[in-house]
Amino acid sequence: MSVAKLRVFRGDSQGGEEKEYEVPVDEGMVVLDALFYIQANYDGDLAIRWNCKAAKCGSCSTEINGKPKLACKTRMDSFEEGETITVYPIKAFPVIKDLVTDVSWNYEVSKKIPPFTPAEDTEWIMYQEDVERGQEFRKCIECFMCQNVCHILRDHNRKDVFAGPRFMIKIAEREMHPLDVLDRREFAREEAGVGFCNITKCCTEVCPEDIHITDNGIIPLKERVVDKYYDPLSWLLRKIKGK
Amino acid sequence: MEKYETHTHDVIVIGAGGAGLRAAIESSAKGASTALICKSLLGKAHTVMAEGGVAAALANVDTKDNWETHFKDTMKGGKMLNNWQMALYHAKEAPERVRELEYWGALFDRTKEGRINQRAFGGHTWKRLAHVGDRTGLEMIRTLQEKGIHSGIDVYMECTITHLIKDGDRVVGAFGYWRESGKFVLFRANAIVLATGGVGKAYKYTSNSWEYTGDGHAMAYEAGAELIDMEFIQFHPTGMVWPPSVRGILVTEAVRGEGGILTNSEGERFMERYDPERMELSTRDVVARSIYTEVEQGRGSPHGGAFLDVSHRGADYVKRKLPSMYHQFMEFADIDITKGPMEVFPTTHYVMGGVKVEGDTCSSTVPGLFAAGEVAGGMHGANRLGGNSLSDLLVFGKRAGEGAAAYANGKSHASVSAELVEGYANELREPFNNTQGENPYTIHQDLQDVMQLYIGVFRTEENIQKGIDEIEKLKERAKTLKIEGSVMFNPGWHLCRDLKSMLIVSEALARCALARKESRGAHSRVDFPESDDGTWGKLNSIVAIKDGAMDFVTRPIMEMPDEFSKMFTEDK
Repeated sequence: MSVAKLRVFRGDSQGGEEKEYEVPVDEGMVVLDALFYIQANYDGDLAIRWNCKAAKCGSCSTEINGKPKLACKTRMDSFEEGETITVYPIKAFPVIKDLVTDVSWNYEVSKKIPPFTPAEDTEWIMYQEDVERGQEFRKCIECFMCQNVCHILRDHNRKDVFAGPRFMIKIAEREMHPLDVLDRREFAREEAGVGFCNITKCCTEVCPEDIHITDNGIIPLKERVVDKYYDPLSWLLRKIKGK
Repeated sequence: MEKYETHTHDVIVIGAGGAGLRAAIESSAKGASTALICKSLLGKAHTVMAEGGVAAALANVDTKDNWETHFKDTMKGGKMLNNWQMALYHAKEAPERVRELEYWGALFDRTKEGRINQRAFGGHTWKRLAHVGDRTGLEMIRTLQEKGIHSGIDVYMECTITHLIKDGDRVVGAFGYWRESGKFVLFRANAIVLATGGVGKAYKYTSNSWEYTGDGHAMAYEAGAELIDMEFIQFHPTGMVWPPSVRGILVTEAVRGEGGILTNSEGERFMERYDPERMELSTRDVVARSIYTEVEQGRGSPHGGAFLDVSHRGADYVKRKLPSMYHQFMEFADIDITKGPMEVFPTTHYVMGGVKVEGDTCSSTVPGLFAAGEVAGGMHGANRLGGNSLSDLLVFGKRAGEGAAAYANGKSHASVSAELVEGYANELREPFNNTQGENPYTIHQDLQDVMQLYIGVFRTEENIQKGIDEIEKLKERAKTLKIEGSVMFNPGWHLCRDLKSMLIVSEALARCALARKESRGAHSRVDFPESDDGTWGKLNSIVAIKDGAMDFVTRPIMEMPDEFSKMFTEDK
């Protein structure tokens, strides 16, 4: 059994520092197992969020060697022999303690998105090909890693104007629901700030569920918004109807 | 003492998985001021891990299906020990509860006609499980979460409830702490719904998440409520075996539902010997015992399991119908399940036993205290059918929410004794103050080893007794715990109370397992291999606190009226 060196961020909102730990590595072990080992053997108070340890709940998002990863899905044998592994909290959200960050902003944003709204006389017939677009977005496990790497949120901290990729696909999913009748385009533009995304696709790259956030979610959403606001025919109709 | 926050509601719901969310939605809809309290962030509860589907006799695929058949399947699967009334409500109401999710935005897989698709599962006569690939639980929790946040519920995230507070006989509040800050919080309420899920973390190999520490079972027990049939814990036949770090992670029954075949090291399709009629789609208790037996008798796979192969269905089909399984094995075990078999072995999955409730409103034996979902007992009898838990939590989540709101309605809040609260606070802080004591992580690991070894798939009096002796020693050791660090987000400290809950449920499990001298459903006694329908088939096991210790009694099962019992005799 080999021994791995981990350097884990220990601290809180006031600051902190890396602490080094040595952890024996068993076959198939993941970084979350190493963190458990640290809790049980060195520092019982090491804070990390986790639930399922099966890549289904999206709780254990961290930055491992600088890259956003689910700790439960990152295998220890993916590192070079003798490589030091650093584990940090996700950067776009304020640190609470150690690897735990304050992600409550995401829940506030989520609540603002107008819910699914079917017509009153809906017959509830939907075909597989029509639900598949929405089903892709509904795979989201809310790990918030897309939010974490989105440069509008991470580098510019513009949480005041942009809802982030997670919620772009949530709006897109509602908009593409075959039986939804609400128009969220104004919300997408004015409240969620879809125009701020300049399609660098960083979000898509980190998604552990392989959701094509940009191509299948944000770009079609942008197109719908453009259709509403900049399509000459719609513009003319709006003028005539006074809307 | 330290300052603490106080919140006042008509109804508080503890636990925000499917049952908790559904209860809170209903309670709020009935006009009660409702709090939903969860240990994790919203939407991370164990329901998120449910895979194969939700059982409801929608009859979209097999048009012959109806509630009567679902009811009979459930009772037979539970070896007739179920609370028949709950099984009846469940079978009748599940279709409407599933359709309701669709009205709230859920996107289930479809039939060609555009209706909710259904798949086959063990013990279900017809194709009955509405599903979304193999991530049905995620779909359900997102749908309920979404409905919940627009239902006027107050959600308290990352808040652990540690004690229920009573005034005389009835519960009037709950006490606990914020995980983040470690500060205490008091909730005053006229009714409390427990929806805290199961107990799997008492075992070493489990498909359950960290939250499954039996909090609700333990708090209800401490508040004087009866727990029913705790010996019945389901070992899901197919958990991952290799590598060690993922041992126990669930391999959905949908693999078998979609045609997966079990074989042993000799290439034999061994289910032919155990249940030639239903084969791989036999009930979970039977399949789990069969795999266990094959391995015990030396016909196991290289890492001590059975082979489960679905690759004959073709790569596209497998990836479409079982996407999570494909990724799970690819990423954790370097195995491509579209090309070859998986290795599987039973893993601790679900507790059939729980807080004894009555079926109408899910009220427990303590006034004002309700329970729904896995924490409640009775519905599944001696063995739960796959897919019946997701429908259970919808049907009884709604009923509990309704019941709690009706109970709370018009009651005024009782005062909560400050002395009592101070006592709880001191008890919780103790591990910080102890200069000497045990590491909670060590005791937890020891408990997991004990439960795995002595209260497993097959049981004997000698082993169970050893288990009880070991649990008693662990209880002693756990009296003095010591932890490091501050009160802020301190997992070691959090484990101290969780550990106490796990010890209570482990003892309940062991004591009930010792008492039931027969084999029935998930409870397999090597020393009593037959079912004893004349005696034990008519008795529920009950534990409750008596003079500070765990007291075991039996109670006759609820008698089924002729109108329903004849449904079973007609079959014979």
